[in-house]
Parts: sequence; C-alpha cells; structure tokens
Amino acid sequence: MSKTIVPFGPQHPVLPEPIHLSLTVEDEIVKEAVPAFGYVHRGLEKLAEKRDFHQMIQVVERVCGICSMIHAMCYCQGLETLMNVDVPRRGQFLRVIWSELHRIHSHLLWLGLYADAFGFESVFMQFWKIRERIMDINEATAGNRVIVSVNQVGGVRRDLSPSKCEWILAELAHVEQEMKDLESTMLNNYTVKKRTVGKGVLTQEAAYELGAAGPTLRASGIAQDMRQLAYEAFDELDFAPVVETGGDAYARGVVRFRETFQSIDLVRQAIARMPQGDTFVKVKGKPEGEVVQRVEQPRGECLYYIKANKTKFLDRLRIRTPTFANIPPLAAMLPGMELADVPVLILSIDPCISCTER
Amino acid sequence: MIKNIFRNFVSGSATRPYPIEVRPGFKDARGELANKIGECTLCGICARKCPSQCITVSRKDQYWEVDPFSCVYCGICVEACPQNCLLHYAEHRKPARKKSGLLLNKNESPKLTVVSENR
Repeated sequence: MSKTIVPFGPQHPVLPEPIHLSLTVEDEIVKEAVPAFGYVHRGLEKLAEKRDFHQMIQVVERVCGICSMIHAMCYCQGLETLMNVDVPRRGQFLRVIWSELHRIHSHLLWLGLYADAFGFESVFMQFWKIRERIMDINEATAGNRVIVSVNQVGGVRRDLSPSKCEWILAELAHVEQEMKDLESTMLNNYTVKKRTVGKGVLTQEAAYELGAAGPTLRASGIAQDMRQLAYEAFDELDFAPVVETGGDAYARGVVRFRETFQSIDLVRQAIARMPQGDTFVKVKGKPEGEVVQRVEQPRGECLYYIKANKTKFLDRLRIRTPTFANIPPLAAMLPGMELADVPVLILSIDPCISCTER
Repeated sequence: MIKNIFRNFVSGSATRPYPIEVRPGFKDARGELANKIGECTLCGICARKCPSQCITVSRKDQYWEVDPFSCVYCGICVEACPQNCLLHYAEHRKPARKKSGLLLNKNESPKLTVVSENR
C-alpha cells in the first residue's frame, strides 16, 4: 500500500495541549513522525525585559502550571548564585517539601491522563481523586492550589507549623494507601499491559544519544536524576533514582508510579529532618553575571540560563524544559508502531507543550 | 480495583454539588483580594510590586483600584503593604458574567469599573 500522511493534532482528544505530528503511515503502521510546534508560544522569556527580576518569579511560575514551584525554585537558585546568597537550611527543606508535593501531583495527573489515553476512564478518575488531597495540602500550606508562589530570592515566603506538618503526613499516608490500592490495576492488569508493554521501546543507547530526560531516560535504564546534584536539602535526604530497564511505555509508567512513592518518602524525610530557623534571608542589591542552573522536574531535567547586568532587569533568560529534550526520543519511538498506539506513546513522555514553547 | 469499586458504590460522592455547597477556604489560602480602604494611605507600594500590574493607585483622585481578572493571587502586595490594610480572604472570588475591576474610593462607596483590555 502507498504511503499516507496523517495529521495528528494540534487539536486531538488525547492531547491536553497542542502539538502537531505529521505521521507517514503505511497499512496503519507509522513509518515516520515529524513534530511541529508553535501553537502556544507566549514569549515569557521576553517579559524579562519588562518585569524586574523579583517579579519574574511569578512569570516563570507560569511557564508550566504543573511544576510551577520547581521552575521558580530553579530561577531563584540561579539568582541566589549570582548574588552570593545562602538560603537558610529550613528554607531549603521547605523548598524540597513543596517541590516533591508538586512532583506527586504532577505524576498523579499524568497517571490519570495516561490511563485515559488507553481508555481506562475509571482509573483516571481514581488518580485524580487522590490528587485532590495534594491540591488541598498545597492550598492549606502555600495558599494556592497549583501555582503556589512560595519562592522568593533568598528563601521561601511561607513556613510550616508542626501541626500542619502532622496533617501533611496524615494526608500523605492516605495518598500512599490509595495509591497502593491502584498498584495492581496500573501495573499488573492484563488490558493495561496489552496496551503498553513493548510499545515505543527506547533502548538505553538510543535514550542517551537522543538526549532523553527524566522518567523517559530512567525507564531506559539510565540512573540519571538532577536531584543527585544535591541541590537544596537533597544532600541530607536518602535518595536513589528510580530506574527501569524495559524502555517501553509500560516502564515509563512504572517509573512514574514508583517515583510517587519515592516523593512521599522524601517529604516524610524532609519533615523529620527539617531544622528550626529562618525561612529566608533578605536580599539587597542587583544580580550580575551569568549562570546555568539545573533542577529535576517531574518530567526531567530543566535548565535555566540567566544573564544579569546589575540592573533590575535581566539581560537574558533562557529556559530549556524537559519536554523539549524528550521530543527527539518521541519521534524515534513512533516508527514501527500502529496508528492506534500513537496517543499512548505521546502521553508516555508526559508532554508539556506550553512548557516547551514558553 | 474491585475493592475500590465496591467502596465507591457504598461511600458518598467524592465531589460536592458546587454552587449549592461550597467548601470553606483554608485558613491561609490566598482568595479574593481586599483592601481596608479606610486604613490605606494610598502609598502605591502594592501597585509597584505587583507582578501582574493589576493594581492602580491614585493619590490625586483618592482611589485604589484592582483588576481581579489580571490578579494572579501571589500575595506579594499583601506582604509588601506597610499599613497591613491589604488582605486575602480565604474564599475565592465568585464567578462573574462580565469582567470588571473594583474601585475603592476614600470618600465614596465601592464601585465596579470597566477593565482595560490592554493593561
């Protein structure tokens, strides 16, 4: 049969955000996939010329709603490096707590969307029901549900009282139990395995060469996680990257499922080891110089390049998000797959398009 | 999963019938932004610090105006306010049919204003 080009997206029921793929298919088998972007570009980096470097925190939080706190944390870390500011230890632990809460709710959101992509709607609703507890924790501790806005240059703007910490631990115990109830459904179910095992296999070599990031990389057997850089309080926490060796869509699901438990454990450790003291230091002056800062987002490595010139406006702000790194692996894993598997495979890299385009 | 399904059958609804039943806000939540205009000195620090530039203050005309549709509820203005007259209610703002700003005048009662599209 001759080749046909099927346009996939930018509007598609499985896609939460617009991305376009030109799929060359032959007998329902994908032969080539060419991605195209540019549907949600908002020019947030350019805003650095209009908003001062303190106000830019609220802008970079809006690069991505789901990992807003981690974007702001990375940006603040960069400015703190430029301005030689040491964040108090308690502030660092609080940043770890909120960033891991963000990772949990991002993974829960993804697990739901992923289940929805292969047609398991009841699991989708169960995961989103669990996620609601994390949203409540965010609202009760930071003030907002999603874009928590707790970071400032020099630390965090809010503190956690002992009673709130206890409440968080109690809620996380519920989350953990409810996740365990869904474990066999998500990981051992016959239909789930039928849709995911062996689909979109990315070998270890291919993942490395194509520059995959985050769970997509770790599912291919490479133990690389930016939290190993021990930023903030991760040097004091027991942590080892979650690694799977399958390299397929199933392995990527398993990595994210297990990372949710890991993040719950990290929040517990952080609350147990958090010292007393200040949560922030007052920052004076203006930043100067350039810096590259990397953190681990739920989707993988996020990179910030900041160039400052000792004025209140930054010279240049460049953000590279993990989905940008995961697009070449996506284009490589699609050829050879059936057209019906394409939605599942696109979801398996956890695409965040507004992140990518900023 | 079977256990979950049975539990969901016997337990109540996981959601609320929203407009009829509203969950009370958490104590420190950043809900609707308000200003105790009687205590406000119209210094304008909130307007300068606001990342979304949703606050307009005029000392000459004695008013403080907020565009709740541009506000990102970050709480920067509340923390910056030297008079502590800005505050967030725990509950979020009610939905509205029309976009309008809130204008608080020192001498008059609060009124809704037309929000500029090109702020």
